[in-house]
Amino acid sequence: MNETIAQLEEKARNLRVAVVKALHKSQSGHTGGSLSAIDMVTVLYFHTMRHDSANPRWEGRDRFVLCKGHAAPAQYVALAEAGYFPREDLMMLRRLGSHLQGHPDSKVTPGVEVCTGSLGQGLSMANGMALGLRLDGKENRVYALLGDGELQEGQVWEAAMAASHYRLDNLCALIDCNGLQIDGEVARVMGVESVPDKFRAFGWHVLEIDGHDIGAIIAALSQAKVTKGQPTAIVARTVKGKGVSFFENKASYHGVPPSDEELPRALECLGCFEDCEKISH
Amino acid sequence: MSGMIATRDAYGEVLAELGTENEQIVVLDADLSGSTKTGVFGKKFPQRFFNMGIAEANMVGTAAGMAAVGKIPFLSTFAIFAAGRAWEQVRQSVAYPKANVKIVATHGGVTVGEDGGSHQSVEDIAIMRAIPNMTVMVPADGVETRAAIRAAAEYNGPVYIRLGRNKVPTVIPADHPFAIGKGIELVVGTDLTFVTTGLMTAQAVKAAELLLADGISARVVHLGTIKPLDQDILLKAARETRAIITAEEHSIVGGLGGAVAEFLSGACPVPVHRVGVRDRFGTSGKAEELLKYFGLMPDDLVDAARGALARS
Repeated sequence: MNETIAQLEEKARNLRVAVVKALHKSQSGHTGGSLSAIDMVTVLYFHTMRHDSANPRWEGRDRFVLCKGHAAPAQYVALAEAGYFPREDLMMLRRLGSHLQGHPDSKVTPGVEVCTGSLGQGLSMANGMALGLRLDGKENRVYALLGDGELQEGQVWEAAMAASHYRLDNLCALIDCNGLQIDGEVARVMGVESVPDKFRAFGWHVLEIDGHDIGAIIAALSQAKVTKGQPTAIVARTVKGKGVSFFENKASYHGVPPSDEELPRALECLGCFEDCEKISH
Repeated sequence: MSGMIATRDAYGEVLAELGTENEQIVVLDADLSGSTKTGVFGKKFPQRFFNMGIAEANMVGTAAGMAAVGKIPFLSTFAIFAAGRAWEQVRQSVAYPKANVKIVATHGGVTVGEDGGSHQSVEDIAIMRAIPNMTVMVPADGVETRAAIRAAAEYNGPVYIRLGRNKVPTVIPADHPFAIGKGIELVVGTDLTFVTTGLMTAQAVKAAELLLADGISARVVHLGTIKPLDQDILLKAARETRAIITAEEHSIVGGLGGAVAEFLSGACPVPVHRVGVRDRFGTSGKAEELLKYFGLMPDDLVDAARGALARS
């Protein structure tokens, strides 16, 4: 198990490097929230979820919905790493004609299940998938990754109510609580706490973890899997911009990519000392 | 014309039939299943019927998720909520991914009646047809509703179908082959053309009879689909008759009249006169009273026709 955790930590570090490079290349996109979600995305794609990059539409696959769609780079680097498309494609992020759109688009990106990015809509879609799969008697699980700022959208609570009402135990929501949104601290813009109490009150099984602790993420997802009769919410406490010290806990890096000057320093923070010249242009 | 049936009743019947024929069909409603008639399906197939409560945004997203795992969801509520309340969910979760979701909105237009302006959707055709990937249908009667619902179930992609609350006369021949995007020339005429949709088609058929008594030959073209638009039938009418008069139980802004004017202004510029709700909200009253109040009676169409011919 310790070996698995170490491997996943290394994988997450590599994915952070890929996120930073892709965002630097595109000079557009959401750095902070992609980095806060990476550890959960890593565990989902490289440990917990059943999926097959050679057959993205494989019927037996678990479903992943990136409700906080602005963290698309986090999903794209995981999909590239898993072999859904070449890693070089990441350098085309947000470009005209690219299959890597600014926000996830199921029409063009292999491995993306639905279109997300308009906050608050993803959990409803995850509910629909869970209901449909259960109706067919299938064992597939559905994972939805939300942001804490996203919880300000009323539709999230309509969906939270419905998931509990329909006892969707094949659904697990992960809430990336990095505490920041574009305009500043979530608590100051529009407080959402207590997130665990709210989900409990809506009838969910709630787990609270450190969203950067790979072992804790694995354990929580395992617990979710064996929870019956209700959906599980994993409330993950995270750091926005995690892994790059000068991005960390700064709302100003919500939608700002690394500059030319910041790229080498960011990669250095991630323990990546390769020649930045060759990867930046 | 024979038989009177509300399009929502025809919907309830055909949906329950489709439930037997296709196990992938699931139905969602937002606490209005008695009014929208999805309850007929719900009673027959309780496992495939999902009441989502009074939460239309979540209902639309849930339907999109069901479509993403291979289901064919039909969702229903009143037009004001399906198209209005949940517009952005329809755009983002359904139309943008081209999800195979069928939005069947009942209680469209002013004939909702006594509930008043808050519940009378006079903008839904405009705002639904503005969305890329969306197909928009407004059947004239029960016969066409049955055909349109069946066509929607066969078609792979997002569909918006607007139905009404009240009984309407049957005007579409039972043997008419329905196709999405195809209009029908219901009355042959050479002087002018009424281009109509929904319950206004029956009104136009009556208006054509009144005009004929005065020696004016009015054609009636019914468009059961507003998007995609039947361009051929419109071009033919614009070339062969002297005036086009659109009629809809909807705002004159952006609906059928808007669609026809947009197309003809480029393809065959002719005067297009739009009959509809004149950029205002609805109000309480009986359905028939409201049709009179908003100028949607056969007499109003006759007046519009005479005016158009006088100016042509």
